[in-house]
Amino acid sequence: MNIALIVLLPLLGSILPALMIRSGRNACVASATVVNFLAFALLLTHVPAVFFYHTTPKISWPWLASIGLNIEFWVDGLGLMFATLILGIGLLILIYARSYLSSADPMGNFYCYLLIFQAAMVGIVLSDNVILLMMFWELTSLSSFLLIGFWSHLPAGRQGARMALAVTGGGGLALLAGVLLLAQVADTYRISEILTRRDLIQNSEWFPTILVLILLGCFTKSAQFPFHFWLPRAMAAPTPVSAYLHSATMVKAGLFLLARLWPVLQNDGLWFYSVASIGLLTMLIGAVIALFQDDLKGLLAYSTISHLGLITMLLGFATPVAAAAAVFHIINHATFKAALFMNAGIVDHEAGTRDLKRLGGLMWLMPVTGIIALIATFSMAGLPPLNGYLSKEMMLEEASHTKWMGLKEVIPTLVTIAAVFSVAYSFRYFFGVFAGRVRHDYPHHPHDPPAGLWWPPTLLIMLVVAIGLRPDLLAESLVKSVTAAVIQDSPPDIHLKLWHGWTPAVTMSGIAVGGGLIVCLLTFVLRMAWDKLPRPDAKVIFDAVVHGLTRGCQLISDGVHNGSQQRYLFLIITATLSFAGWNFLSYPWAHGGRPLQPISTPLVVGWILVVASTILVVLNYHNRLYALVALGVVGLFSSIGFVYVSGIDLALTQVSVEVVTIILMLLTLFFLPKHSQPESRNWHRCRDGGLAIVAGLGMGGMSWLMMTRQWSMESIQSYFLANAKSGGGGTNVVNVILVDFRGFDTFGEITVLGCAGLAIFAMLEGLVRGKLRQRVQSWEPDVTRTADRHPILMVVVTRVMLPMAILVGMFIFLRGHNLPGGGFIAALVVSVALIMQYMASGFAWAANQVRFKYHGLIGGGILVAAATGVGAMVADRPFLTSWHDHWHPPKFLGIDFGDIEAASAMAFDLGVFLTVIGAVMLALAQYSKLGIIAVDAQVNANPMDCDPLNHQSPSTGAKPH
Amino acid sequence: MELLLASAIGVFTAAGVYLVLRPRTFSVVMGLSFLTYAINFFLVSAGRLAVNMPDILAKGKELGDYADPVPPALVLTSIVISFGMTAIMVVMGVRGYFENDSDHVNITATEEMIARSRE
Repeated sequence: MNIALIVLLPLLGSILPALMIRSGRNACVASATVVNFLAFALLLTHVPAVFFYHTTPKISWPWLASIGLNIEFWVDGLGLMFATLILGIGLLILIYARSYLSSADPMGNFYCYLLIFQAAMVGIVLSDNVILLMMFWELTSLSSFLLIGFWSHLPAGRQGARMALAVTGGGGLALLAGVLLLAQVADTYRISEILTRRDLIQNSEWFPTILVLILLGCFTKSAQFPFHFWLPRAMAAPTPVSAYLHSATMVKAGLFLLARLWPVLQNDGLWFYSVASIGLLTMLIGAVIALFQDDLKGLLAYSTISHLGLITMLLGFATPVAAAAAVFHIINHATFKAALFMNAGIVDHEAGTRDLKRLGGLMWLMPVTGIIALIATFSMAGLPPLNGYLSKEMMLEEASHTKWMGLKEVIPTLVTIAAVFSVAYSFRYFFGVFAGRVRHDYPHHPHDPPAGLWWPPTLLIMLVVAIGLRPDLLAESLVKSVTAAVIQDSPPDIHLKLWHGWTPAVTMSGIAVGGGLIVCLLTFVLRMAWDKLPRPDAKVIFDAVVHGLTRGCQLISDGVHNGSQQRYLFLIITATLSFAGWNFLSYPWAHGGRPLQPISTPLVVGWILVVASTILVVLNYHNRLYALVALGVVGLFSSIGFVYVSGIDLALTQVSVEVVTIILMLLTLFFLPKHSQPESRNWHRCRDGGLAIVAGLGMGGMSWLMMTRQWSMESIQSYFLANAKSGGGGTNVVNVILVDFRGFDTFGEITVLGCAGLAIFAMLEGLVRGKLRQRVQSWEPDVTRTADRHPILMVVVTRVMLPMAILVGMFIFLRGHNLPGGGFIAALVVSVALIMQYMASGFAWAANQVRFKYHGLIGGGILVAAATGVGAMVADRPFLTSWHDHWHPPKFLGIDFGDIEAASAMAFDLGVFLTVIGAVMLALAQYSKLGIIAVDAQVNANPMDCDPLNHQSPSTGAKPH
Repeated sequence: MELLLASAIGVFTAAGVYLVLRPRTFSVVMGLSFLTYAINFFLVSAGRLAVNMPDILAKGKELGDYADPVPPALVLTSIVISFGMTAIMVVMGVRGYFENDSDHVNITATEEMIARSRE
């Protein structure tokens, strides 16, 4: 439980600072800090188990077990070390950011994003499931996007955020493919199990693919060459973000994954040459570029790239000792680099600039800051007795005896050159900012910052010194435990101390320091050469690629999506026909042998009527009313056709839907022009006609092929027929399927219908109330209107019919489960009866009789249906399982009531009934309201236009509003 | 009878496709109605034709004496959804008519200009 809490606390707690900001900035920071602290404390409770008893606490909850995604966390040495860095440094960052952010910054958002990021990072390092890990991985990309672009008013921030997201997100996709393949090959999604299956994975033919995909993900995340370019641009983020994401945590996620999968992926071949070479190259390039940066954060960014390359290279060496060096350097780099970023932030904050050319002499003005910088930069340069020296010596020692392609000089030489530049830029940082004379042209007058800004880096600096002085006490057992977790084996026998004797590493170190000092002094000279050197600008290339892609997509979408619906539909239909036709033409057209049903005279007459009506519609669609009548004929005969092919329920539904649809279209036709002029060009018609004929031949031919052949597999109908009565309690199998077997579908269906009703209401509401109301009011009807708006005969007849229609509706509703009928048909019958009231008696009177809102009917119906489903869950059955029973009531007054059956499906059907009435009535009532506005009619709220008893002239009522 | 149904499905489809490609909203809606008929009958035909064999269970009948209940159940859903869709489409047509003073389905050059000027 509490392992998951370490992740969940910051994840759920991220909402707190966003809310607490209302109570002030201190409350906001305090809430974030408390959340972070609790997670940290929880994490630390696992230290004894992991480091002293060498166990790995795990939890596993099923989530989507069928695709291998479960909530599985574990704490082992590697995860614990990373989580400690993340939560520990996170705590310092939270406090530092309180003083760093200005009062104009939205602090609530900042802390919220920071906690989400923290949760995602902890999630990555503690996940025991590869898919879960990927989810957190992507979450870090997203949250870092928000954090880099935190100052969204700055173009650099937005561009940097976009670039970081594109690069790390793209790498994430590759990684996802890689880990999924890995899990497939290893046959488990659990990381702790994958780690034990090295042979299986390395012998798989997929191994090179897996390795390349995973490395792409890790290298983009950890800013390895040639994907390093996003990191310097991400420096547009506020400095606490740079210190946290871009030195201590997020960029190390790639390294974490390399270390995590080290036991199964490492080997002397592909792994060594890809990982170690890329690492070495990155280390070298990063170090060289860093020297020529004038922006302090730019310098630190490239230095970070260089150090990440160093660690990657060590992991690439694929030896246990190199892995130990990598682990140690991860810790050391996190401490001194986070301190340095905070330091750069202090300088920026107090002196108003981060430009090396404008700085210098700050030692005398900001001594505390200066001392922090001194220790941190010297550790970065690898000078004793600081922690950076120790891990750098280990690295040099490993490099000195590693061969590359059989050459033993390559790696030591390049590493030494990188180290020279590393020393040089470290010196440049310290001496450039703090040494020299005090200047008088700083943008602000610098002085040491408030305590909130200097004590977090100071704490880190104390670690730098302490680990440097007593590595044997403070770091050795930690490094050994973590290394054991990385290599999944007993740790190598290493001893961390300042002096190992006169080893090659000491020589290389000496060269580095001496050379670094010289290079640092010659920076000006080298700078001139560097500026003349042609260098590809990654941003230009990146922008060109993005621009090219955008342009290409725009060309395609502009070509396809030009605002002409006719063109879209033409393309869609043509594409469908071409894909389908390809297969269709290769199929034999002949009769397939299934016996045909006989043809009877009524059938032929019906067919002729339907086809003739259809042709009439096609030929006369310009005369809309006429076409609509012909369409109605087709609909009615379709219903009869359904009866003929044994679909009684279908026929009932079709006929009631047909009535409502035609009413709706008639209402529409009231507003739209009744005629339209032929306007298509002739060749357009021929083209569409040709397409239509091909489509018709295709559909007709396909159904012919299907109907004349037997099923290729056994139909599932027998299951429904056999179980309808025993399982669903009804004899109307179609209805039982709808309300019981496939009840969930029907539930979705009525929800859709309810949404459709609401959408129609909303669309028309824009005409009834919105800006368009004036247009509707100024609209002139294009047909003469009858003087007798509400004929008294129709008024009387419809009112008499209403109770009868409702009775019929109830009858249809009640018989539905055993005989043709059901809630949907009943609802349409009742709706039609109600609409007739609107049509006959006018909107105003009808609307006045309604005592409730149709919206509520929709919601109520869906709730009733849902409650029926939940009822089954209460009885510990799956959602929407139906219940049914029957009993025989005693005779009452000599009447035998017979068997009375009840099924919970009836309650569900009631939900269907209510929703459908609500949706239909909501739409149509709103429609008629629009009609009144449009014709600017005087409405009559009385029961009838004239009072038949008093023979008065039609009364005038109020206008609608 | 299979031939009659298949040809009717073909005619509905052809009419539907032709009307859907017309330039005015009302014809498009009518075209959709025809496509709905075509597809509903197509679904029914997938169950093979059965004349006079309803789906109401009764004593003394074998499983083979019933029509296939699955296609009707699917078609019922299809009818309901296409009803909702038709309703939305016609209302969109009316709304569009009042907004643009035209029931043309394409965005014309002037409308595009108006839309841009609003942005």
